[in-house]
Amino acid sequence: MDRSWRTNCAIILATIATTSFTLAAPLSAQETFKLGIVTFLSGPAADSFGVPARNGAQFVIDQLNKGSVPSPYEKVGFGGMKIEPVIIDENGGATKQVQELRNLYQRDNVDVVLGYISSGDCLAVAPIAEELKKMLVLMDCGTPRIFEEAKYNYVFRTAAHAAMDNVGLVRYMKAKNVKMDTLSAINQDYAWGQDSRADFVAAAQQLYPNVKVQTDLLPKFGAGQYGTEISALVGAGSDVVYSSLWGGDLQAFVLQSVPRGLSKRSQLVLSAADHVLPPLGDKMPDGTIIGARGAYGLMSQKSPLNDWLFKGYEAANGVYPVQAAYRITQSILGLKAAVEKAMSKNGGKKPSTDEMVAAMTGLEWPSPGGLIQMKLADGHQAIQPIAISRTKYNPDLKRVELVDIQYFAAECVNPPPGVKSIDWIKGGMQGAKCN
Amino acid sequence: MNFFLTIILDGLIQASWLFIVALGLTLVFGVLKILNIAHGSFYALGAYIAATAVTMVAARGLPPSVGFVAMLLSVALIASAVGLLLERGLLKMFYGRNEVVLLLVTYAVFLILEDVTKLIWGVNPIYATQPYELFGNLEFAGLYYVGYDLVLIPISAVVGLAIWFGLNRTVIGKIVLAVIHNEEMSVSMGVRVNRVYAIAFAFGVLLAALAGALTAPKISMQPGLSSDVIILSFAIVVIGGLGSVEGAAVGAILVGLARAASVHLMPQAELFMIYLIMAAVLMFRPEGLFKRETARRI
Repeated sequence: MDRSWRTNCAIILATIATTSFTLAAPLSAQETFKLGIVTFLSGPAADSFGVPARNGAQFVIDQLNKGSVPSPYEKVGFGGMKIEPVIIDENGGATKQVQELRNLYQRDNVDVVLGYISSGDCLAVAPIAEELKKMLVLMDCGTPRIFEEAKYNYVFRTAAHAAMDNVGLVRYMKAKNVKMDTLSAINQDYAWGQDSRADFVAAAQQLYPNVKVQTDLLPKFGAGQYGTEISALVGAGSDVVYSSLWGGDLQAFVLQSVPRGLSKRSQLVLSAADHVLPPLGDKMPDGTIIGARGAYGLMSQKSPLNDWLFKGYEAANGVYPVQAAYRITQSILGLKAAVEKAMSKNGGKKPSTDEMVAAMTGLEWPSPGGLIQMKLADGHQAIQPIAISRTKYNPDLKRVELVDIQYFAAECVNPPPGVKSIDWIKGGMQGAKCN
Repeated sequence: MNFFLTIILDGLIQASWLFIVALGLTLVFGVLKILNIAHGSFYALGAYIAATAVTMVAARGLPPSVGFVAMLLSVALIASAVGLLLERGLLKMFYGRNEVVLLLVTYAVFLILEDVTKLIWGVNPIYATQPYELFGNLEFAGLYYVGYDLVLIPISAVVGLAIWFGLNRTVIGKIVLAVIHNEEMSVSMGVRVNRVYAIAFAFGVLLAALAGALTAPKISMQPGLSSDVIILSFAIVVIGGLGSVEGAAVGAILVGLARAASVHLMPQAELFMIYLIMAAVLMFRPEGLFKRETARRI
């Protein structure tokens, strides 16, 4: 009887202890973090951006789940929670993406959605996340309008917007004494192309006050054939031809313009061209000034984090990582930092959306492309350093190399908080810290 | 002067390949009375087949000229077969139905072919640039032009003349014209209309695919290629008159010149200019520039 009573007491105590331990324990072994990832898996943007971003996400999530990422990200997954990705195709237009975002939050019950490459998609989905009070991390899209024309609490962008690319290009040209008395431009006729064009022209007018804009072309996205445009650009004979074309459009433009002597007559300046260097190879003319929307890929600086990404991605995919892979990596690492910061404040529990939002606001974290700082839009928009360089084909390695690389600090090429980027540029880029 | 010559040359280069696509579209409409929405997909199919042929030839270390011939031959063979197969296997089941039904059938074919191309060639851009360097570069009006682009102009002229000659100066052509003008009378005279339908449709597909093959060396092939082409082709045949070879030629030249002129003079009006011309033609000639008005049969 005594023994039985004692046994029962022991069972009850053990049960209470186990229950208490479970309640007090930060996470169960099976707790996961469900992460919606949206990137182009098909369509014109898939090859240049979407698939490298998907490959980058898979590599980083695999490494995080194994606990193989260098310091300060060595902890498994997000704060010990394994990451469970749900990958969605961004192709199909903004209306489809709005529905897909609702599905991710409401049907798939993801904890956070991270992704988006198209500026149009970013502009469309941001208000939906805000309406649903769910956390959305935009990882790539370039238009400055997202936070300059609206205010969001649940939305973040972990990469700098297009103003940085264009200010960086013009600063580079000035530093390298590139002549620009006359300028022509060719950009796609949608948010990215138009915003990039406006930023570049405005920055050029600040640092080259006498610059004259000659031919200014805005072909539609996916035009593919640029014979007439090239005639107009070659005919204008400007000192500089600027373009923010990307992907298949940029490749077609380069393939069609080089035999017609455009690169010999004008200095080509391309704001986002790193991703077309592997497929174009020797077709890319030497001396072209290019940006990569950050200090990425062949322009990235040596660090344990960058070595880990560059070598690991190359080994996994047979090609070195370009901007999209870097941007999704910095986005996932930023989210990890935010989740773990929130967990450190709530006793190690899986954080709520509001806890993650509070942790992400104004956050800073190291990434393979440099330090990311959420400094703009009340801590919701990132700034980061950028690198600009020139192309040079290496026939021995049979690949384009980047030479004459110059790095610009984040606060040299990004506007300060509270100022619209175009106003900042037109106002002479006051407060820029370039030393 | 050089400036206007540049506009004319750019316009003609643009018109050359557009004319071949529009010719196929107008031929199919003239004979079968089908507004073929899938026509742009055959253009894309031709481009992809050409790219595959060129890549295979280049991989064997053969010169670009062999690649050029290989791409034309492979496109001719495959596109004709696809055209015949589709007409005999699918379209003929819907003859006699409402024209809207046939329109929807070709739309279904368009959607299927979009996915078939993705299935076979994937979603990443494909290039086949070797033939683009085949004819060197030429200087004209102070600008360098790629010889390949210039060669497209006589090629399209030859294709157009061959089709015109075939239709107007051969027995088979006169039979086709008879079917176009009066199908019932042709049947009563012993014409095998079904055979004419099959040949005309296969020719239409072949022309679209040929245009795709000819443009393949200078573009990046990727999903979505077909939709842009079909919109421009429709604009051309509407301007020229549905079913008219001469109309397709004039429509293509007008569209090419309008686009070139607006890119050089007023880039922001590039797309608008094409549809402005179309609207102006429809306002004064609702049947298009070259379509003869016909009495309605009761």
